[in-house]
Amino acid sequence: MSQKTFAVALMDAPYESENLTTAFRILDAMAQRGHNINVFAYEGASGLAFAKQAPHPNPVHGKNLAEENHPTTKDQVAALLALAAKNGGKVDWVNCGMCVDERGVGEFVADTRRGSPADFHTFCEASDNVLVIPTK
Amino acid sequence: MAKKTLNIVESAYRAVMEEQDDTILWLLAAMQGAGAEHTVVLRGNAVNYAVAGQAMPGLTVGEWKQTQAPRMDNDVVDLIEKRKIPVFVIEEDLAARGIERGELAPGVQLLSSKSLPQRMAEYDIVSHW
Repeated sequence: MSQKTFAVALMDAPYESENLTTAFRILDAMAQRGHNINVFAYEGASGLAFAKQAPHPNPVHGKNLAEENHPTTKDQVAALLALAAKNGGKVDWVNCGMCVDERGVGEFVADTRRGSPADFHTFCEASDNVLVIPTK
Repeated sequence: MAKKTLNIVESAYRAVMEEQDDTILWLLAAMQGAGAEHTVVLRGNAVNYAVAGQAMPGLTVGEWKQTQAPRMDNDVVDLIEKRKIPVFVIEEDLAARGIERGELAPGVQLLSSKSLPQRMAEYDIVSHW
């Protein structure tokens, strides 16, 4: 299979919809196959890579921190970057700068970066295909 | 004595994977523990929460794996049995989705949409989620 380059736009904030679970399943499949992935994290999605996310215990579930093993999207982003690198693909994960500033989420996991809508334009121009997962 | 609250839950499967539960059912369970007195009516797509035996695979991204994916039917049973929160489902919404009564988790009760307004009048607070 030849290596492709995909542009992906995400909009949903962490912990607000199922869209991101679907998105990460697709991104995982892309990275498993060694494709290049350019992600534009827009609006609420600019918080996906926020480095200060923290898991928590869940007293309603009766589980402590380890037992609950609460997902954080920052860990999923980091895992995606590692998976792509392992399989020969590249991930350019761009967090919309103005969106980041609005939300105070300017500290990102390593190897993601601040950017702008111009990056998404560049991603689209360079892509074999574009996937937009908008918020509803 | 706490005010009696009828919670009509319609939003369904919204962020349940990331939260590992439904945020409203979680909230009601937590509030019940603080002394609240809740009843739940599942309507619309949320009636599917009451279907027994459902499961969803945890998310996997590379080496990262989700180990505690939600089980919504278990959460419904937990409300009924552990929290003592009555849970009803709108029977017309079940029928519209082809769900039989025998498919429901134990303890879930049926409620017709026609009887819902009368039921609402029995509560101090009605919250539609």
